[in-house]
Amino acid sequence: MNTQHSLHSKPHFDVERVRSDFPILYQQVRGKSLVYLDNAATSQKPYSVIERVDRYYREENANIHRGVHMLSERATDAYEAARAKIQEFFNISKSSEVIFVRGTTEAINLVASSFGRSNLKAGDEILITEMEHHSNIVPWQLLCEQSGAVLKVLPITDQGELCMDQLPTLLGDRTRLVSVVHISNALGTVNPIKEIIRQAHRVGAKVLIDGAQAAPHQRVDIQDLDCDFYALSGHKLFGPTGIGVLFGKESILETMPPYQGGGDMIRQVTFSKSTYNDLPYKFEAGTPHIAGAIGLGAAIDYLNSIDWEAVACHEQDLLTYAEQALGSLPGLRLIGQASHKASVVSFVMDGIHPHDIGTILDEAGIAIRTGHHCAMPLMQRMKVPATARASMAFYNRREEIDVLAASLEKVREVFS
Amino acid sequence: MNELRELYQEVILDHNKKPRHFYSMTDPDRKAEGYNPLCGDHIYVYLKFKDHRISEVSFEGVGCAISKASASMMTSALEGKTTEEAENIFHKFHQMITGKPGETPDPTLGKLAVFSGVCEFPSRVKCASLAWHTMRSALAGSESAVSTEREGAS
Repeated sequence: MNTQHSLHSKPHFDVERVRSDFPILYQQVRGKSLVYLDNAATSQKPYSVIERVDRYYREENANIHRGVHMLSERATDAYEAARAKIQEFFNISKSSEVIFVRGTTEAINLVASSFGRSNLKAGDEILITEMEHHSNIVPWQLLCEQSGAVLKVLPITDQGELCMDQLPTLLGDRTRLVSVVHISNALGTVNPIKEIIRQAHRVGAKVLIDGAQAAPHQRVDIQDLDCDFYALSGHKLFGPTGIGVLFGKESILETMPPYQGGGDMIRQVTFSKSTYNDLPYKFEAGTPHIAGAIGLGAAIDYLNSIDWEAVACHEQDLLTYAEQALGSLPGLRLIGQASHKASVVSFVMDGIHPHDIGTILDEAGIAIRTGHHCAMPLMQRMKVPATARASMAFYNRREEIDVLAASLEKVREVFS
Repeated sequence: MNELRELYQEVILDHNKKPRHFYSMTDPDRKAEGYNPLCGDHIYVYLKFKDHRISEVSFEGVGCAISKASASMMTSALEGKTTEEAENIFHKFHQMITGKPGETPDPTLGKLAVFSGVCEFPSRVKCASLAWHTMRSALAGSESAVSTEREGAS
């Protein structure tokens, strides 16, 4: 990739070259070239990730942290190397603050269960926002049911931006935790999380950031953000499914009880008492998804080879192009028009249900997501039962947006 | 686009646009709710009986073209039928939309055969079957809302 660019020209991004790293993109679906625009659901994987997982199972497969044999050492080294890559990529101060989990959902549940149980009392408050994914709503509702804590919700505007002016009144001395999405999966809104973290810390609240959609679109510097927890999923970050990361500040993780009990998370077990292992192993009970973690490490290597400034330009170009192409179609309404957005376009069409749109696009080889995007309260807020969503990754091209727009014309014709 | 044409046929598009028997009945003998929260499809089916036959049937609600057209054509098919006959049509219809592509629909289904293309789209079976399961629930006098989201490969 070209990293040589002047201050005045846009950094060059060779999308064709990047596409050639992703084998799945070169196939026919229903007789048409695949147009994959469902990246917010899951991203595709480069050769290097696929081959790394393959190599692990062919040459290194063994359980970690216990065997004295060669394969176990290799597997342990590769697993811990992946942790170190994640630590470096996200600028996390210690590798012991990187906990491998199944994904963002498990990361949030871990915090709700472990931090929540030991820190929240009746009357304490948890603050979320109106644009959260169900995985950042339901764990807190469960916690509130158990603890008597109260769930508060920061509203959003019609454009799909957080009502930041209401944040100071919603934060108070009973606020224990603020849990907010970095980038909305359904709208693409990029939230001002640094400001939210700053204000939350001022009242003594801890902050969890749901970073599932953010990490694939931008570099995330966790020390700079100063959040207390950051959750992300490997499969949205061009890595395998079933692996994710919870970052937690060491000082907080140390005070938290284990999430699950089992092997690897203990130091000593007797029937009268068990003592727990050091961080991060205290939170990694049982045999983890070793292959997944190593595959995610390979995805991080791949992302390190990319010019992120060029990616940002390319994705913003795709977003602008898509919003113009789709926004000019009669009867089509864009849902979520925040001033700061990632390359996600959510829309509805007059008199046409999103599922019918999805089926007709599928016939044209186009993969989009239709439905409520696991954000039912957000759909209610935007007064739509569901939307159609095209979500772009850096390997998408303008030509694919053209195919999408032309197919949406066809949708309109069918239903005219 | 051949398969698609089979799914979105003129008759289906027409019933989607101008659904028949599309109203809330004020004094039904039976009423049931159908709700697929993942899709957002939400309907009510109303039935009235006279001399052991369905004398009036209607539906209301929101949904995709497939679910709306299916509900609309179902109401037309059920008028004047006995409970047993309605059950019988339900089974034949259900067999058709969950069957193998290319199978000839039961000739007694008449116009409902336009839904034979649904079996090519496993994720849309639940849309076509929602009104029918709701109708069955109304016949059975069930109180709880019906969902068809476990049908097909959703």
